[in-house]
Parts: sequence; C-alpha cells; structure tokens
Amino acid sequence: MSALRILVPVKRVIDYAVKPRVNKLGTAVETTGVKHSMNPFDELSVEESVQIREKKRAPAGVEDICAITAGPSKSADVLRTALAMGADRAIHVELPADEEMEPLAVAKMLREAVRRQKSNLVLVGKQSIDDDAAQTGPMLAALLGWPQATQASRIEFDKGGDVVTVTQEVDGGVATVKAKLPMVVTTDLRLNVPRYASLPNIMKAKRKPIEKVSLADWGLTNDKKLKVVKVAEPAPRKGGGKVEDVDGLVSKLKELGAL
Amino acid sequence: MSANIMSISGRRLLATLAVLEQRDGKLHEASLRTVTAAKNLGGSVHAFLAGSNVSAAAGDAAKVEGVEQVTVVENAAYEKALPENYAQLLAENVKQGGYTHIVAGHSSFGKNTLPRVAALLDSQQISDITSTENETTFVRPIYAGNAVLTVESSDRVKVITIRGTAFEAPTRGSKSAAVTSGLDPLAESPTEWVSEDLAKSDRPELAQANKVISGGRGLKSKEEFDRLMLPLADALGAAVGASRAAVDSGYADNALQVGQTGKVVAPQLYLAVGISGAIQHLAGMKDSKTIAAINKDADAPIFQVADVGLVGDLFEMVPKLTDKVKGS
Repeated sequence: MSALRILVPVKRVIDYAVKPRVNKLGTAVETTGVKHSMNPFDELSVEESVQIREKKRAPAGVEDICAITAGPSKSADVLRTALAMGADRAIHVELPADEEMEPLAVAKMLREAVRRQKSNLVLVGKQSIDDDAAQTGPMLAALLGWPQATQASRIEFDKGGDVVTVTQEVDGGVATVKAKLPMVVTTDLRLNVPRYASLPNIMKAKRKPIEKVSLADWGLTNDKKLKVVKVAEPAPRKGGGKVEDVDGLVSKLKELGAL
Repeated sequence: MSANIMSISGRRLLATLAVLEQRDGKLHEASLRTVTAAKNLGGSVHAFLAGSNVSAAAGDAAKVEGVEQVTVVENAAYEKALPENYAQLLAENVKQGGYTHIVAGHSSFGKNTLPRVAALLDSQQISDITSTENETTFVRPIYAGNAVLTVESSDRVKVITIRGTAFEAPTRGSKSAAVTSGLDPLAESPTEWVSEDLAKSDRPELAQANKVISGGRGLKSKEEFDRLMLPLADALGAAVGASRAAVDSGYADNALQVGQTGKVVAPQLYLAVGISGAIQHLAGMKDSKTIAAINKDADAPIFQVADVGLVGDLFEMVPKLTDKVKGS
C-alpha cells in the first residue's frame, strides 16, 4: 500500500460563460481582455483530490496533491485557485505569452512531471473547453504505460491495497473498470460539485509554494505537429419564424424534411 | 509493409483504417460513418473490427460500399475495448498495414482509445472532425462549436476521430470485400472490466441520434419531464436530452445534458421544449440541421436560432404533438 501522490493538471481557459469571438485575422479566438478561469473539468479534478484526502477514502492516505499547469505568467491564477481549493503545492511550467501546447506535448510534459514528483495518480479533466480535444489523459497514460479510466463519475479505493475502481460515463450509460495504481483518471461533470475557495483559504494559498520551471529546464521542447490554417466563425443561424399551433409546427417540420 | 500500399518510389500511398465498433457481435451502425470519412480522404479504405465473435459483423461490414478489406482480430480480450490492449492492437495493425490514416468515431470508445493510439504512434490526434479538406487538412469545432478550426497535420500517420453526425451513413452494396485476420500483439490489459449499466431503452443514443427532443426548466418536475417527453421521444424515434437547468433540478439524468459542458449533438431534428436557449445550451445543439422550439416566452433566445418556433404552453402543446406524430 502506498500513500497517494496526486498530480492534478489544470488549464486556464476562457470562462465558460463567455461567448468566444474569432479575431479579425481569422487566426485564433480573441483572448485579450476576456475573462479567463480554470477549465471546469479541472475544478472537478482538484475537488476530487481534496475530497479523497478529507474523507479519508484512500487506505494509505494522501501524501501530496500537486497542481500543475503550462502556460504564460497569467496561468498562475488557476494554480492559486487550485491551492485555495486545497492542493498542497503547484508547478508552473512557464511558456512565452501566446504560446500554446498541443495535447501530445502536454502529455509529454506531464510524463516528466509524474517522474519528478513520483506521482501515482493523475486526475485530469476529460477535456478543456477551449480546444475540446479530449486527448491529454489517455495520451499521458499511453506514454507512461499506465492504466487509464476516462470520464469518471465515481472513484473508489479498495481497502486492501492499491486497486482503484472507477465508474465511467459512457455513451448510453455507465461502465465500471478497475486497475492497480499507478493510473490516470479523467474527470466527468458528474464526479462531484467543486467548492468555492473561501477567503481565508485564498489568503492561505498565497503562502503555498509554486515552483516555476521552463520546458527547457526539464529537457523538453514544445513540438507542434498541427498548423492552424484558419479559425472562422460558425455559419450563423437565423430564426425561421413562428407558427400558430401544433399543426403548423408539424407541417413546417415536414416541409423542412425533419419529420 | 505490403507492396500494394508502398509505391515503387517509397512514397506512401494513402490508405485508411476505419475502426468499427461492435457489441456482442453486432456492428455499431453509427461507427460505419468512419467509412464515409475515410472515403472522403481518397485512397484505399480498410475497416477494422475486434472482439469475441466478430465474424458475422465482419461479413456485414464487408458489404459496406467503399470498404476494400475488413481486418478482423477475433479475441475475447478486445470485446470490451479496454484502451490499454486495444490501443496497442490498433497501433500494431496501423504499422503492419502501412496505413497513413486511422479514423474512429468521437464516441466513448474513440475518446478513450484513439488518443492512446496517437501517443503510441507519436501523432497529434485531430479530434471530432466535421469535414476533410484534403488528406492533411481537417475541419473541427472548437470552443464547443463557437469557432471552427481548420488545421493541417504534418504527422506521418494521421489519427482522427470524427463527429458521426457530420458524415452520412454509407450504404451496403451487393459485393463483399475480403475479410482477413489482423495482427494480434496479445498485449495484456492492466485494467479489468467490472460491469456496465446501460440504459435499456430502445431510444437511440443521444450523441448519435437523428432526432433529439430536449427538455428544460419549463418541465417543472421529473414526473412531468418523464410524462411529457418520453412518449413524444418514442413517437418520434428520438433520443431525449435536457438542459443543464433540468439536470441540476433533478428532472433528468446528467448523462442527458446537452450543452457546452455536456454532450454536443447535431441531429437532423432538435426540438427544444421549455428551454430558453442560453449560450451554453446553444453551444451543444446549434449545428443541428433543423431546430424547433416550444416555449411560452415569445422573447426566449431559443427562437433566434429555431427554424420553427411555437409559442405556447408546453403542457398543452407536447401531448398534442405526441398524438399528432403518432397519428401520422
């Protein structure tokens, strides 16, 4: 039985309530002056890590909860949020402003972090709400040769040892799998309800350590395999007007070929 | 690498492996849309199937137009598609067959397994594409559909998941393609399948359905949600969805949530019942071909995107609509 050393990757993204706008050049979504916050799925990962500790769910306890992000200096905000929610410490892999990493590069960075931190459980959001790739968790598991469980709605630890049972949200229902630590688990919306960091905890978080490193410090490079050709607004939709009654609705739907 | 896939110059010709899903020996129809996406790329298309008793499903897949070969790996170890050994299986078959592209659905299976395949092949996967521009350039929604990204891949093997609703289902022809056995690396899975609890309804899956009816806060309770929405869904042959408000209020299961943080759907018909149409909800359904809405508030934002809107009391309109659909 080994105590848990949890690594929680978090990402700073445009706040989920903001409607993203494509920039004038059609090269990216406008991020300047737009409200950012922690990726909602990552809040679930942080919350779950803290709950595993608070509710003493793991038989050998939780030794360490380390949040990690890769991004420009402003990304430290989401690390402070993770620390205020209950993470012990954080690592900020600093990138130059406007530089982004593809999921495979992030997974390689996280593999290095796992080795350095001796993590035995990685709790990562199932996807980030900006790129919507849903790749990083399984890619990391592949690179480490670890088992994985994606879209977790429930995580349980066996009394006897290092076996983790995970209920996954799948198309059409749920599926349950189990594996031995170390493993990678990705979090789904149903897993928990993230807490709001209280003011005293926000103040306390300011004294928790954030280690700053660069990719080069860890012997890594930010390899890009994809080239953005363009970013466009989706085709706008126009309302097609209203009908008077159910008969009108049915005949309009038939006319549109939808029924 | 076989000679028919390598040209004389050594430049690899385009060949795509379309990964099909099956359950208990039955083909998952929606996964056949990978064949359509693969055909769009040009080049040869081989389908792939693995599991316990897949010969009947393989025979069925062999009749699908555009499939030149069905590669089958018959082994109970792959029946539940556990990503640890299934990804290894796919990666080895991609290498062995010299494929330039591998395409799977952006389903639970595709989301679980393909990134693992991509990492094993050192490729940067392209997720949830809605169209292909050419063999290296793909279009995909980002920011929950609020922007459309066109991206060019420099990877040797392009690993792709597709949005099923963006590609037509292929038809079956009279000819049958060859069914051959694939490579089985016999990798063990460190993950053990324990159980599953799948909805036992005959309704189609939300993400794949051609028709979706969704209920919102306007339904007022779980009882009313079930009483009004389920008969209409059955009459239409539609999947049932819900807004976050309906899910948070306990009217519907989380798995039914449509929107930015729930499921993204793009059916032929999306009918929003008692849903105002917040940005987060629109993000999950605005690529639907036809949108209809029933809402008592004539100023609800949903009417700005609905192709057809009915202003009225849903408690009166929905049963009427159900009867009308049943009758026709």
